Amino acid sequence: MESSLHKKQHLKPKRKSIMKQKWLYFMMLLPLTSLIIWNYIPMYGIIISFKDYSPAFGIMDSPWVGFAHFERFFNAFYFWDVIINTLRISLYSLLVGIPLPIILALMFNELRSKKYKSLTQTISYIPNFISIVIVVGMVTFFTSPVDGVINTVIEYFGGTPIDFIGSAKLFPHVFVWSGIWQTVGWGTLIYTAAMSGIPQDQYEAAYLEGATRMQCIRHITIPAIMPTIVICAILATGSVMSVGFEKVLLMQNDANLATSEVLSTYMYKSGILNAEYSFSAAVGLFNNLINFIVLYLVNKFAQKFSETSLW
Amino acid sequence: MQFHLSREDKIFNWINIVVVGIITLLILYPLLFVVFASLSDPRQIFDNALLLWPRGFTLEGYKRVFDNPDIWMGFKNAVIYTVLGTAVNVIMTTLAAYPLSRRDFRGRNVITILFTFTMFFSGGLIPTYLVNQHLGIINTMWVMILPGAVSVYNMIIMRTYFQQNIPLELEESAFIDGATDMQLLLKVVLPLSTPIIAVMMMFYGVGRWNGYFDAMIYLSDRELFPLQLILREILVQNQMGDAANQAMMNSNQSEVNMIKQSIKYAVVVVSSIPVLIFYPIVSKYFEKGIMIGAIKG
Repeated sequence: MESSLHKKQHLKPKRKSIMKQKWLYFMMLLPLTSLIIWNYIPMYGIIISFKDYSPAFGIMDSPWVGFAHFERFFNAFYFWDVIINTLRISLYSLLVGIPLPIILALMFNELRSKKYKSLTQTISYIPNFISIVIVVGMVTFFTSPVDGVINTVIEYFGGTPIDFIGSAKLFPHVFVWSGIWQTVGWGTLIYTAAMSGIPQDQYEAAYLEGATRMQCIRHITIPAIMPTIVICAILATGSVMSVGFEKVLLMQNDANLATSEVLSTYMYKSGILNAEYSFSAAVGLFNNLINFIVLYLVNKFAQKFSETSLW
Repeated sequence: MQFHLSREDKIFNWINIVVVGIITLLILYPLLFVVFASLSDPRQIFDNALLLWPRGFTLEGYKRVFDNPDIWMGFKNAVIYTVLGTAVNVIMTTLAAYPLSRRDFRGRNVITILFTFTMFFSGGLIPTYLVNQHLGIINTMWVMILPGAVSVYNMIIMRTYFQQNIPLELEESAFIDGATDMQLLLKVVLPLSTPIIAVMMMFYGVGRWNGYFDAMIYLSDRELFPLQLILREILVQNQMGDAANQAMMNSNQSEVNMIKQSIKYAVVVVSSIPVLIFYPIVSKYFEKGIMIGAIKG
């Protein structure tokens, strides 16, 4: 007790003057500069979504147009299509992508052989380190209607080959499940770490009282990792409108455009390819605001119904 | 924990072992398939789509990949961007994480909020593009190296690692010896932080190596393209450049397709080699180093 008190006093020393900490401020200088240039100045740049930005005038002197760009976007005939496509893919991803890593982590945790556990875990992490371009390339290898493995299996069982990539109906499935293949293993890591903090004697006590493994999972493991689950879920829903944009762009083709055109690909096309900077910035702001609002609401909800929340 | 298992628990155990095994195989097989296919005669892949080992062993695909000047160029560019970019990332992240890990650092809370806010709200694609345009770094190698120097998520992981793994007593005794904060960081903190630095290098390095999007929107000069953009042409857009063409002059269409296919398999393997070399070195740190940080963060 006494020694911990002693430590506390050292922990919070008398207020140090700024000059005494000059090296710490000096260290912060570069990272803060970078943060301002690439994170905060772009936030200031958002005002072009209320202007008619032209490079000749610059951000300051371009004329104000109020909400014109937003009105144009909301009234566009593709508006609801794009929103629905975005929500379909992201809700589907969340629905599958949140629980599966938890389940897999629970299964890893129940493995009794250390060797087998670390082997299977290490293998499951690998796809996370493969680039999106390669993953999309592999999806095309495997789903090819001509010589892809999946279609070979389908044909073997007497089905007809399916063009997975060229189908608007199948696009969300291909997108989400190839994403699960890539990230499910890595997603377990954070839960595995949380489980490693559970005291073993809890399990021993439960065992002595005759609890089965399933009961231990339900009454010890899951409650213990609940805070981690809540935090991960909040963070995941906070990017509900963003979708795996870089991957969608790679998987998109004329045949699946009906379901693969999402907010961010649309923004990219109008902004970068057609150089409609202001309009595209407006779409981006809309996207960001929705994300932020969803994050806020989900966090509020979490505060109310569980003990854990982001802030 | 060594208990006598009940029958129910034994069944549970076996089912669990088998299901985890199946899932692991499902994750592993696509990777193995690509490696086997890259070493196989393309005609054999066509006939037996389910490869369990290389069939009709050949290095033809690799030969064509290495004959392709675009791939060499992309590889060289990707190495440059990855090495320099990762160095910038790790240095900047350390410089931000260390002061923020110090409980006595005045302004700590405000600066932490400044950083974390950017996790939840950003200017977006177009305003960021305009900033880079304004800086005049578009279509130069700098746009691949300077932006995004600090990932806030990584910074929080590193900060928490410092807080939990550097004994306060060490810092205090260094102070008593008259060390400055900078000397403290370089001589006391960093030598104790190898695991987290290795993990950060892996995270940032893989991100740099694997990214294609920034290169796609910011680079128009082909000489500057990193490997992933070349891969995108080959794998996604099905454009092979010269390498395939010479060989295809006097072949029929299905022959051409098979050659293209074997080039694709080989290029996937070649481009993944750098990551797969580093992976085993760093993977042992994953659970120890990072996740402790992530949870508390």
